[in-house]
Amino acid sequence: MAALLPLIILCPLAVAVILLLSRGTMPARATCGLVGVGMGLCALFGVIEAVTFLNGPDSTGALHVVLWHWIHVGGFDTSFALTLDRLSLVMMLVVSCIGFLILVYACSYMRDDPDIARFFVYMNLFVASMLLLVLSSDMIAVYFGWEGVGVCSYLLIGFWYHETPNANAARKAFVVTRIGDALFLVALLLLATGVGSLDFNAVIQAAPHAPHAAITLATLLLLGGAVAKSAQLPLQTWLPDAMAGPTPVSALIHAATMVTAGVYLIARLHAVFLLTPGVMLLCAVIGFVTILFAAGSALVQTDIKRVLAYSTMSQLGYMYMALGCGAWQGAMFHLVTHAFFKALLFMAAGSIILRVHHEQDIFKMGGLRQEMPGVFWAFIAGSAALAGLPLITAGYFSKEMILTSAYNVAPLFWLGGILGAFLTSIYIFRCVFITFWGEARTHAHGRTGIVQAVPLAILGVLAIIGGWMEVPDSLGSVHIFSNLLSPVLGELPEEHGGAVLLLIGSIVPLIGVSLAWMLWKPTGRAPEALDQPLVRVLRADWGFDALYDVVFVRPYLALGRLNRNDFIDRLYDLLASVTQFFGRAFGLMQTGQVRRYAAWIAVGTVLALCLAV
Amino acid sequence: MMFALPALVALPFFGGLAAWLSDLRGPARTPWLVSLVTLALQALLLVDLSATTFGPGWRAHFAAPWVSMLGIDIRFDMDGVSLVLLWLNLLIAIPTVLLCTRHVRDRPGLYQFLLLATIAGVNGVFLSTDMFLFFCFWELMLLPLFGVLLIWGHADRARVTLKFFLFTQGSGLLMLLSILALAVINAHDTGVLTFNYFVLAQVAGHSFLAPTIMLGFLIAFAVKMPMLPFHVWQPDTYAESPTAASVLLAGILSKTGAYGMIRFVAQMFPSATAQIAPLMIALGVIGILYCAWLAVAQDDVKRVIAYSSISHLGYIVLGVFSGTRVGTEGAVIQMVAHGLSTGALFIIAGFVEERTGTRDMRRLGGLWPAMPQFSAFAMFFTAASLGLPGIGNFVGEFMTLLGAWQISHVATFLAAFGAVLSSVYALTMMKRIFYGPAVIEGSQPLGAPSTPHLAVLGVATVLLLVLGFYPQPVLDLSTPGSLHPQSLSLAEEPAR
Repeated sequence: MAALLPLIILCPLAVAVILLLSRGTMPARATCGLVGVGMGLCALFGVIEAVTFLNGPDSTGALHVVLWHWIHVGGFDTSFALTLDRLSLVMMLVVSCIGFLILVYACSYMRDDPDIARFFVYMNLFVASMLLLVLSSDMIAVYFGWEGVGVCSYLLIGFWYHETPNANAARKAFVVTRIGDALFLVALLLLATGVGSLDFNAVIQAAPHAPHAAITLATLLLLGGAVAKSAQLPLQTWLPDAMAGPTPVSALIHAATMVTAGVYLIARLHAVFLLTPGVMLLCAVIGFVTILFAAGSALVQTDIKRVLAYSTMSQLGYMYMALGCGAWQGAMFHLVTHAFFKALLFMAAGSIILRVHHEQDIFKMGGLRQEMPGVFWAFIAGSAALAGLPLITAGYFSKEMILTSAYNVAPLFWLGGILGAFLTSIYIFRCVFITFWGEARTHAHGRTGIVQAVPLAILGVLAIIGGWMEVPDSLGSVHIFSNLLSPVLGELPEEHGGAVLLLIGSIVPLIGVSLAWMLWKPTGRAPEALDQPLVRVLRADWGFDALYDVVFVRPYLALGRLNRNDFIDRLYDLLASVTQFFGRAFGLMQTGQVRRYAAWIAVGTVLALCLAV
Repeated sequence: MMFALPALVALPFFGGLAAWLSDLRGPARTPWLVSLVTLALQALLLVDLSATTFGPGWRAHFAAPWVSMLGIDIRFDMDGVSLVLLWLNLLIAIPTVLLCTRHVRDRPGLYQFLLLATIAGVNGVFLSTDMFLFFCFWELMLLPLFGVLLIWGHADRARVTLKFFLFTQGSGLLMLLSILALAVINAHDTGVLTFNYFVLAQVAGHSFLAPTIMLGFLIAFAVKMPMLPFHVWQPDTYAESPTAASVLLAGILSKTGAYGMIRFVAQMFPSATAQIAPLMIALGVIGILYCAWLAVAQDDVKRVIAYSSISHLGYIVLGVFSGTRVGTEGAVIQMVAHGLSTGALFIIAGFVEERTGTRDMRRLGGLWPAMPQFSAFAMFFTAASLGLPGIGNFVGEFMTLLGAWQISHVATFLAAFGAVLSSVYALTMMKRIFYGPAVIEGSQPLGAPSTPHLAVLGVATVLLLVLGFYPQPVLDLSTPGSLHPQSLSLAEEPAR
């Protein structure tokens, strides 16, 4: 079914183009219908393609479709080509199916916005770019998708353009991720000149024969690109601000898909990363630090979306730690389950926000359990999966898979992961208890419609049962997911010390939830956010934001303003005024008096004679 | 067929004259219509030339004696690069005349004549292979623009025109000296006085004076382009020009400098070029970063675009002086993409100024709801200018960087970092003009942009997207015709 592959990308693209050309004249209902049909077809084609591919003759290999040559010049050849193997199949299903659910949800969420057409132009462009990113077999086309999702993210964060903070957040998100993009671009230059092609297979085959320094540099640059896109330390500051966009955007872009692009890229190139253990260690360390850093910050946030943003950062940290430990399957598994439960959490949060008059501060909510039971259960399902409550949630299995691999590489990583899981269960249930229990501090209006409820329900179910496709040996040994990916990512290594680690990993989240209950259970008076200086620093990104502002942003802008008239221009002006000065000075000699001239001639002659003698 | 090349130069010139004369009597719009007809004829001529000539190498040739005593001929040769740039010239000229000159009330005939004379001069520059003729066209394309600037420019035009004049004429003089030196050396060696490009190119490489002579050319082109440190005339000039002149200057005149660097520096003086390449690449990189930095500090929309324009021209310098094929071809792509995107940005800036009465971004803001379609176009061309893949500019930047990477890793790394700085100023500009609460509410209704505006921007969008996704056809044209004698069958001596 090679013909279907381009169609999967074309569906959302076509919707975007149609909406763009309609110039906002299409009624909201028609817009939603069009989006539903377009994305529905996209998801349907994705599923059909996946099923036929897995039942086809070459289900462990790859399906390759060359679309056209991009540039071919002087020994360098690169083309737009799509490839479907089991890794891109997983990503494609995540993007198209979860994308479909989120866009359906968004139809309801954005129903009353006059600019709904523009919103869906951006969203569909995003889905098309993301699909291009995961389906390309050539890194240049990946880069097209990579930048495409970046610019769509920018447009969507700044979607409500009439507020300056949104514009600032959008610009910040783009510029910070652009730092990573620049590193990625340099990696492409390095590989293009070294290999003569940017095809994934060509690069992977050439890598073992290349000089070690070059490969190390290339993987380091690629890691840099991935880290910026996934909001890992030290380029994490853009993600919390990115919550300025509409909530479905956060669900789709800043939880389920775009931020995981870097994880996919590294998994795709894992054969190259395996050659550079130093870079892999760095990757694991970045993940390790980010887990704890972001979890610590999530613990004190007051804005429900910012809690989820920091939580996304922290969960991505798990994926990077897994990648660094060589647990490719673990990283991909967590990517999938995280897409389920984090999209669910964001959408549930969106439903809450809609019904409490766009209030996002959890300390101003409270008692919402009775008023919106459906959303409550969805949020609980998502929170349980995020916290990794044992056996009954998807997050548990994927997190344990990572933690076991991490223990086999370095027990310290395992310890960090466990500590992270502990903090995770505290911060998310803090959010749950404050939002849904206790006195009602706000009144919810309206009701959550069926168009919002169905996606929530589907993802809620997935967040619970989605983990059962990969169960460790000590609990029943199901390996559907790792078997699916093993032709691309290699066989799963033997597990060591499984049972004990599993037990600890099962108990820790339960302790965390209990602790959260003790701290934030309803007491009769309204809970209040902590406001010590230390907490404020923690809440404001551990001070990173302010630090970057002082060290980079302000000096750059201030010095730029100081030099806005361009000192080089001033140098030329100086030249001009010097010339004019001398011109005037010599002009003074032109007095018209003959005796003066005669005197000058005499002086000149004497001087000339002196020099001659 | 034979006369197609001289016709490309003569047509806009005489069309301009006709427009001027038509202004003497008749309605005020006649000159505008005459100009449009002229450009339409020019388009037909170019279609014919593209369809009937074949590459690679030199595709068309014309020669006739001019001043036989001094060995000066009228020689035109066209290769793929010339063809691409002739098209670019036309693509810039049509919207300039169509949009920016329609409502000129003050001496419209003269205005049209000066613009079309500039276009004729630019065509001549891209085609001439007689060095003296080349110099004549070089001057011809600039002189009319001084007039445009002086008569129709903004408040500070006298000072700015003087600056523009001093820089470009001063450097043009250096080029004239270099051309004369080449001719004299050749006459001394062979006893034949000629300004034939192909003949002089054979001499140029061997002379011990080559580096000095090359410098004369290089400075002239560097000023015209402009590149650091000769860029200072440009922001002032762009800001004070009427929109039509800004579009022409940024869209096409800056490309004559880049074209000259390929044709008359890199090709004629390969060894001297290789010697100076490190310096030029360093200047290119500094230009990219420094001007991107200056751009973010500006308040005037046109000055932001002007500095961003210099910044992007740095990539062309990288490509040309990398001495690689991929770099040179990337430079040509970058010229086309930069011409289209910068031209479009100036049209947008001109439109904003026309409707709001100001270019000062401190007084602008929140324009998105007032002009949604225009904002969308502005977003697109801003994305083009920050090098978004899928748009032509990215192809140019990527290929020039690919060329430069083979010369210097560090320089290329820094140049790639220019992508970050360009996103800073480009998105800041977007933010200050279109985002945020509306600043000038009710002062003047903004109104819908005219259909020609939307059509022009739409065409530019489509062209840039095609160039970004499928650049190969242009790339196939972008290898400069070679100088080697076997390729000169088309370039034989004119019949005397």
